[in-house]
Amino acid sequence: MLLYALRRLIYLVPVAFGVSLLVFSLVHLAPGDAISAIVPPDAPQEVIDKLKEYYGFDKPLPVQYFRWLMVTLSGDFGTSIGTGRPVAEEVGSAFVNTLILAVAAILLSSILAIILGTAAAYAKTRIVDRLVTSIALVGVSVPHFWLAIVLVIIFAVELGVLPPMGIGPENATGWRLDGPHLAHMVLPTIALSVIPLGVMTRTIRSTVKEVLSMEFVTAMQAKGLRHSQILFHVMKNAAPTCLAVMGLQAGNLIGGSILIETVFAWPGTGFLLNSAIFRRDLPILQGTTLVLAGFFMLLNLAVDIIQTTLDPRIKRL
Amino acid sequence: MSISTATLDPTAALQAMAAGATRGYWRSVARRLGRDPVTLTCAGVLLLIILAAIFAPWVMPLDPYKTSMLRRLQPLGSRPYWLGTDELGRDMLTRLIYGGRLSLSMGVAPVVMAFLIGGFFGIAAGFIGGKTNMLIMRVMDVFYAFPSVLLAISLSGAMGAGIENTLISLTIVFIPPICRVSESVTTQVRGFDFVDAARASGASALTIVRVHVLGNVLGPILVYATSLISVSIILSAGLSFLGLGVKPPEPEWGLMLNTLRQAIYVNPVLAALPGVMIFITSICFNLMSDGIRAAMDIKA
Repeated sequence: MLLYALRRLIYLVPVAFGVSLLVFSLVHLAPGDAISAIVPPDAPQEVIDKLKEYYGFDKPLPVQYFRWLMVTLSGDFGTSIGTGRPVAEEVGSAFVNTLILAVAAILLSSILAIILGTAAAYAKTRIVDRLVTSIALVGVSVPHFWLAIVLVIIFAVELGVLPPMGIGPENATGWRLDGPHLAHMVLPTIALSVIPLGVMTRTIRSTVKEVLSMEFVTAMQAKGLRHSQILFHVMKNAAPTCLAVMGLQAGNLIGGSILIETVFAWPGTGFLLNSAIFRRDLPILQGTTLVLAGFFMLLNLAVDIIQTTLDPRIKRL
Repeated sequence: MSISTATLDPTAALQAMAAGATRGYWRSVARRLGRDPVTLTCAGVLLLIILAAIFAPWVMPLDPYKTSMLRRLQPLGSRPYWLGTDELGRDMLTRLIYGGRLSLSMGVAPVVMAFLIGGFFGIAAGFIGGKTNMLIMRVMDVFYAFPSVLLAISLSGAMGAGIENTLISLTIVFIPPICRVSESVTTQVRGFDFVDAARASGASALTIVRVHVLGNVLGPILVYATSLISVSIILSAGLSFLGLGVKPPEPEWGLMLNTLRQAIYVNPVLAALPGVMIFITSICFNLMSDGIRAAMDIKA
């Protein structure tokens, strides 16, 4: 098992190399060069040249890339052009906020999806199955940023029971475990959990259904096992597939919460990314993308290893 | 809005086709589709939206760009503004219908381009195999290391706002999943006996690809690509919503949702309308894709 984990980790190295290359090239995709984003348009040529030399932009691209890689690997993500603070600091605090929201959303959607998906797979009547598949369909089809706006309209504007935006009262930027902060979390969490709910419900329903049709279930029934005992075995067999989907969804939540964070002005990585784009703050854009992609890769690796531990048959490589 | 990476299982479809019953197979697909009321209804709704968007100048007498400071945010049902007016006094219904032009084409175009590019590389990787396969698929793995929404936003964020950049970044997002599915389907088909038989009878590689491989893999890949359209529509609307896609004053559903956000306290129902259009088209594309998949006997 350890050997397998190690092999997967080594396999990740070339992928990580490619990811770093892609993130590095983000700066060069930008219209104009990276310097023109930070100097006023009427800056004298010698200032521009000096800045180019300072940032290393006068060197050939491969040299620039390796310099950037070395500096980044040492934990220095550069300085934000907008605020002048270190990128690592900005991304770090935003990442914690995103993580809090994502954990809440993935918990909510996983619990609901397990209940709904299993219920639909077990359902004897078609109504339950139809209902659950409709919920799943809505989950994967609804534009979640629109749903977020609708939630704000209903619960904040019309009913006035929940706050429409922010992470806490009075322009708070950090999260605390108390009533007002939890109230601010309710709407973003719901909006964020619809997509994973839809995707996971679909997968869990079909996986559990498939397991239920296997012969060992009939054998256990014939043996006279109680329903709860059979359910345990069914769950155990359905777990690896369901877990893989959950892991992927969790990663997508963290990387994809930008629209929801924008609607709710939630000070997470998505919100940071959005403001960085409009301020042309390329170091922040680069740093955020790199951190999120890195986290996504590690999460996928973790899911993969847990999956193989649960069911050694699905070993990849 | 996440792209499922589950590989398709077209075995049943491939067996039906490989059994030499290609014509009979497509006939039964058409028959099954004809008996599926859900798919037909969705196709009808989509056709209606598409036709209305294409013939918008003839359907709607009002100008989608004409602003009026006096008639801002009129409520629903006021005449002649059946669905009210937006924050600049432009007719909502007209803009919603015109909006279909950009929203639909920006949703469908990236999938079509990704289908061509990703399909090409996927089929090449699957058919040639070996080192070529390794190279292509490892490059795709790099893109898989990004959550799809993040990749789309980072790319178009770096390149700057605009329709072209949105199309490019969305195409890049959809190439890897289509490529992966194409590769796995092609690898499956390559293992069938009729490919060996064709090779034994002296057919060139190009002929085998053209006749035996393409004919069998395009169906499943196309079905998979259609399932991405709804994701693409939501993503492109999302990019415009963030201000990264279409620029004002063009009518586009995602952008309209953004500009109308300031009106949620004045006229909340109106502010939610563009999202309803995105929702309807996305759900119709999803249901239609499911219907076609079921009719073609391809398991997800």
